Amino acid sequence: MANIVQFENVGLRYDTGQETLCDLSFSLSRGAFYFLTGASGAGKTSLLRLLYLSQRPTRGSIRLFGEDAVTLPRARLPGFRRRIGVVFQDFRLVPHLSAFDNIALPLRVSGVPEREVADPVREMLAWVGLSDKTDARPPTLSGGEQQRVAIARAVIGRPEILVADEPTGNVDPDMAERLLHLFDSLNRLGTTVVVATHDFHTLKRIPHAHMMRLDKGRLVDPTGSLRFPPPDTVQ
Amino acid sequence: MTMGIIASAADRRLLDDRHGTRAMAWVMAIMLFLTVLAAALGLATLGVAAVLDRQLAGRLTVQVVAPAESVRTREAAAALAALKRLPEVRRAVAVDPAHLAEMLRPWLGTDGADPDLPIPAMMDVDLTQASAATLARVQAVVRAAAPSARVDRQESWLGPVRSVMRMLSGMAGGLVLLMAGATAAVVILAARAGLDTHSDTIAVLHMLGSTDVQVARLFQRRIGLDTLLGGLVGMAAAIGVVLLVGVQLDALGSDLVTGLQLGVRDWVILGCLPIAFAILATLAARLAVLAALRRVL
Ligand SMILES: Nc1ncnc2c1ncn2[C@@H]1O[C@H](COP(=O)(O)OP(=O)(O)OP(=O)(O)O)[C@@H](O)[C@H]1O
Ligand SMILES: [Mg+2]
Repeated sequence: MANIVQFENVGLRYDTGQETLCDLSFSLSRGAFYFLTGASGAGKTSLLRLLYLSQRPTRGSIRLFGEDAVTLPRARLPGFRRRIGVVFQDFRLVPHLSAFDNIALPLRVSGVPEREVADPVREMLAWVGLSDKTDARPPTLSGGEQQRVAIARAVIGRPEILVADEPTGNVDPDMAERLLHLFDSLNRLGTTVVVATHDFHTLKRIPHAHMMRLDKGRLVDPTGSLRFPPPDTVQ
Repeated sequence: MTMGIIASAADRRLLDDRHGTRAMAWVMAIMLFLTVLAAALGLATLGVAAVLDRQLAGRLTVQVVAPAESVRTREAAAALAALKRLPEVRRAVAVDPAHLAEMLRPWLGTDGADPDLPIPAMMDVDLTQASAATLARVQAVVRAAAPSARVDRQESWLGPVRSVMRMLSGMAGGLVLLMAGATAAVVILAARAGLDTHSDTIAVLHMLGSTDVQVARLFQRRIGLDTLLGGLVGMAAAIGVVLLVGVQLDALGSDLVTGLQLGVRDWVILGCLPIAFAILATLAARLAVLAALRRVL
């Protein structure tokens, strides 16, 4: 199964009338790295929400891990979600939990025994440069620090797909570089990575990444390369 | 997230506790206080009814009412002799006429002592068993020996007391059930409020792949534990009241009061109430949370 994700004529309409996403048809290869770009309001977050199963499409079909994700029964969603790591645009950290506990959440949710939690969490904290903030609660962290906690939480469970919504929006260029390097390492270990970003500097840092661009809810794909399993590189 | 009944420290931190969610324990203390009192009342009145049953079943009063004293004395002696011969009769004693006159004096005045005023001769009879057939046989034998005799079951005039006791027991049982219903309702409301308060945390847990059952467990454990703790406090207070009332009743020293005492079985039932309510609360919380979560993706 080369395609980990496959969208066919997917449309998404919120309660407010017009379709936010329309006629999306593309597939993502297992183990590849994708950037999703587009103007603010183009629908990047909406597309990612479909991908990490927090929203069902209004039409079309989505296959995830080789299974129909649209008709997936509710009881099977948790199992799928544990295979997907998400960095939310608004972080969604639990404010009353320490950085440590926030990062440990995916492990605890999947039932990892408590004695096997501490080491990976500390390792992740070191990776994102927050070893000295282990016990800090999110409201006491800067925007960039919160973002790094969110990233650590998304990757700690070694997900098959990592979905990141503007993960470098709040950090300085050096930290952005480090975070992208983290994503890249994860990608080399086999994780499929999808990163939504406005930041063109980011795009250049991963030369082997594929590009997807949304414009007003449609995929702009002048080369047609995204409709089918993409060629080795676009740009 | 652990599977056990006791939450791990990490699980306990998940739901923020600072905003007075523990008020629940106090509500439960009050609920259990009232429930244990109602249950104690029900069990006590049930005990009285049982004592009455045991004492009254097979207890008869025989009155010989012939107006002429000589006839009355002869008939009474014959009836007593006949009764004593019956194998179904365990005990038959004549009530001392002096004692009877003493008892009647408040109604009859000093004239009660007037030997001309006919006072019926009375006998208390205990039967070995209380079947209708035995009663009929005793009646026939007494009538044959003493034509003017009347046989009354004591049951028939203490019966209303027993009905009142039974009704009180029934009401107490109904109260306990109502309290259980109210407790479940309180728990459901608390669980829904908790879901609202913690909706952001729950959304995050869901996105990280928590199952509904995992989320429900966070709530049900906490609510079950609050109910148990509050319930124990409420029960302790209620038992204090019950013991106090028991001491006061003992001072009355009446026969019926002996029946009001709670037996070992009754105490065990009372002691189980907080546990039963904690289990009920746990289930109610679980169902409420699962039902609410089913509505989100
Ligand atoms: N829950 C919602 N209900 C209704 N409309 C929504 C909802 N979420 C998003 N939209 C609308 O859908 C459109 C696309 O929003 P989306 O968040 O996907 O854009 P985006 O590309 O992620 O933008 P940005 O770069 O600013 O994050 C917007 O017009 C937005 O108003
Ligand atoms: Mg967005």
